Amino acid sequence: MKWKKSVFALPLAAAFAAAGLTAPADAQTPKRGGVLKFVVPDEPPSFDGHRETTFALIHPIAPFYSVLIRPNPQDPDNPAKFECDVCTEMPSPADGGKTFTFKIRKDIKFHDGSPLTSADVLATFQRIIFPKEGISSARQAQLSMVESVTAPDADTVVFKLKHPSGAFIPALAAPFHFIYSKAKLDADPRWYEQNIMGSGPFVFDVREAGARITGKRYDGYHHKGQPYLDGFEAIFAKTQTLRVQAIRGDQAAAEFRGLPPKSRDDLVAALGKDITVQESDWNCLLITSPNHERKPFDDARVRRALTLAVDRWGGAEALSKIAIVKTVGGIVFPNHPLAATKEELQQMAGYWPDIKKSRAEARRLLKEAGQENLKFTLANRAVDQPYTIVGTWLIDQWKQIGVEVTQKAEATGPFYAQLRSGNFDVALDFNCQSVVNPLSDTSKFLGVAAGDQYGRYKSQKLEDLHAKMNQIADVGEQRKIMRQFEKIVLDEEAHNSISLWWYRIIPHRSYMKGWKISSSHYINNQLDVVWIDK
Amino acid sequence: MLRYVIKRLLLMIPTLFGAAVLIFLLMRTIPGDICYLRLAAGGGSVVQDVLDNCRRELGLDQPMWMQFWTFIKGLITFDFGKSMWTNRPIIDEIALRFQLSLQVAIMATLTAVLIAIPLGTIAAVKQNTWIDYFVRTFTIAGIAMPSFWLGILIILTILVTSKAWFGVPWMPPIRYVPIWQDPWYNLSMLIWPALATGYRYSAVATRMTRSALLEVLREDYVRTARAKGLYEKLVINRHALRNALLPVVTVVGIEFAFLMGGLVVTEQVFNLNGLGKLFVESVLNHDYAMTQFLVMMVVAIFAFTNFVVDICYAWLDPRIRYTR
Repeated sequence: MKWKKSVFALPLAAAFAAAGLTAPADAQTPKRGGVLKFVVPDEPPSFDGHRETTFALIHPIAPFYSVLIRPNPQDPDNPAKFECDVCTEMPSPADGGKTFTFKIRKDIKFHDGSPLTSADVLATFQRIIFPKEGISSARQAQLSMVESVTAPDADTVVFKLKHPSGAFIPALAAPFHFIYSKAKLDADPRWYEQNIMGSGPFVFDVREAGARITGKRYDGYHHKGQPYLDGFEAIFAKTQTLRVQAIRGDQAAAEFRGLPPKSRDDLVAALGKDITVQESDWNCLLITSPNHERKPFDDARVRRALTLAVDRWGGAEALSKIAIVKTVGGIVFPNHPLAATKEELQQMAGYWPDIKKSRAEARRLLKEAGQENLKFTLANRAVDQPYTIVGTWLIDQWKQIGVEVTQKAEATGPFYAQLRSGNFDVALDFNCQSVVNPLSDTSKFLGVAAGDQYGRYKSQKLEDLHAKMNQIADVGEQRKIMRQFEKIVLDEEAHNSISLWWYRIIPHRSYMKGWKISSSHYINNQLDVVWIDK
Repeated sequence: MLRYVIKRLLLMIPTLFGAAVLIFLLMRTIPGDICYLRLAAGGGSVVQDVLDNCRRELGLDQPMWMQFWTFIKGLITFDFGKSMWTNRPIIDEIALRFQLSLQVAIMATLTAVLIAIPLGTIAAVKQNTWIDYFVRTFTIAGIAMPSFWLGILIILTILVTSKAWFGVPWMPPIRYVPIWQDPWYNLSMLIWPALATGYRYSAVATRMTRSALLEVLREDYVRTARAKGLYEKLVINRHALRNALLPVVTVVGIEFAFLMGGLVVTEQVFNLNGLGKLFVESVLNHDYAMTQFLVMMVVAIFAFTNFVVDICYAWLDPRIRYTR
């Protein structure tokens, strides 16, 4: 049985297709040649994909590397369409869903000419899942279901899981899992922090500190006929205004993170048919985290009141005109088979269709808790899109029930220092993930067990539900448990509340073809299928 | 003169040391942790072992006095170390950015001097005429207008006019190429920020030139020169302007040093990969090593510029070198 036909994948594919989230393939025949210039808002701290968590690494560095499997570049949000990059075909799960055997292609060479074998794949995933002392692996936890990785021969890699898990394949397809050369890692386990040498569609050319990274076409690339581009140039440009002007003035063809609606409208007005806009729901959300260790946020009534005050259905329409947020949703990526439907959402606190009734209940709860004159400070990141805009909106929503809130927006460093120390009332935290993988993505709501959840709550019940959900294969069962989990997090205990899901808008020059938007700014950036039609 | 020069050079040492102490302490009062920022600011979590290892590697587990000694020793031996953020040698990180900042500073200074001295002189000589009023309006506008805002206006104007004239919008390049590699490309990028910052800079210098010259023109020796029947041009250029330039030289010197590290917002507007941008990023990233080095470099540039200004003073007014 192929993976495509597995019980994990088929229902997901059908549901995603029904939701209209898949994109049609580009009908034109790709042309070869040209250098794609794009702007990147930030520069990565290192070149090591296994260590970093930022999109600033993916955009300029992913084109240099191959990965084991990846989302289909032409249909990147379809969970049934993961495809092999360095393997020959997607494996069928064996041993009751606990063993996955990948056959590695024999025709792949690293850019230094050495062959890529299963030993390299093994060394890569050993480093990611079982890092040695001193090596940091950012996604180790997401692959915690893996018991062992072995390479029985030169073209086979076997993953054995502790238990069957629907989260495994999406987690394996994370775009940060660059295949590194075992020889390089053996010589220096940290060699890849400062150097680039992969087997991807482009060969590293130039890095100018703070300015740009360029790549040239790798003629030995294993996907025959690709890449179409002669090269690419990733230009670092910090300010959004400049990135927009760069696209307008054709100094760059695109920016792959996402721009706000106003910038899209400006570009469309200025460039007309020369600009193409792709849009998608974004696998990112802002989470309101009340500090459970601080009064009165240890009281579920107060936390429920705060979420009941927020008019998500009304706010979605207004906010989506000025900020990169749009869709109302629960803890699971909207329209995913595991996500709550509108009817299910409307049963939970904060999603009631009648906002007057909701706010009346919020006031009643505050009164009952003796907090009619509640005042607090909202800790937020000093980043416009969408943090401070959503923060300002939330403050207005809370004002409607008589709660007075001051926003304290700080740079990333001091913001996280504050969250880690617990010195805050309520924080606006975020959760951005790459491949949509709700079973893994929702671990953020596990409380202290999540490691990166700053609400400072502990819930054995949530931990048990999450573990159970991750160990069963049936999507229907997963969905039932997910609803229980979500109800506790957002409604009964109101440990967290969700504002709106982000919305990704990519206006790019119309001559850039072959690139499809996805639900994440982390995926689909190898650029092997992108071409220029000038 | 030599004694004067040596004295001025020696005075730089306590200045540099004071700045080193100040920046070292200030950086450590900012809340946050470079290791956490580097490893988990993207929203993920990081285990304590990895954080501890990172701090150990960066030397942040050492006592403060030891960290300070390492920093001072590095300065004395010209071993500036590595950026804590990128782990690459600081000298490599700065090389390209220094070139760019220096070129912009020189171009902006030239723009400012070429505008300020003739305009300031004309405004003083033609005091209270329409020329003077025009120059004053021009300079007040320059002071009132932030250079980054002027920069945005310049870019928008170029985009709109190029679209109107040529059918396609054009904007200045957003990546730097050294002038010796491609002079045209280089200038087409840097002329705009040089104009934007040079205009503001020239406004300050023009006003200074005008007021200093007005003061000098009322001096007895100028009256004497005129009474002797010297040509007005000679009176202005040789007797008045040279003396009036003393405060102007100070302003030009200070502004030049400021341009080397202080063009933070203008650099963002034009995507200049200069020292100002690096400065802000280093502070935000808690990159102590890089920030300390940049501060010390800017302090050294200020100290050196002041030294050059003092030498110019002594050259312009010989009384200074004899009395100090």
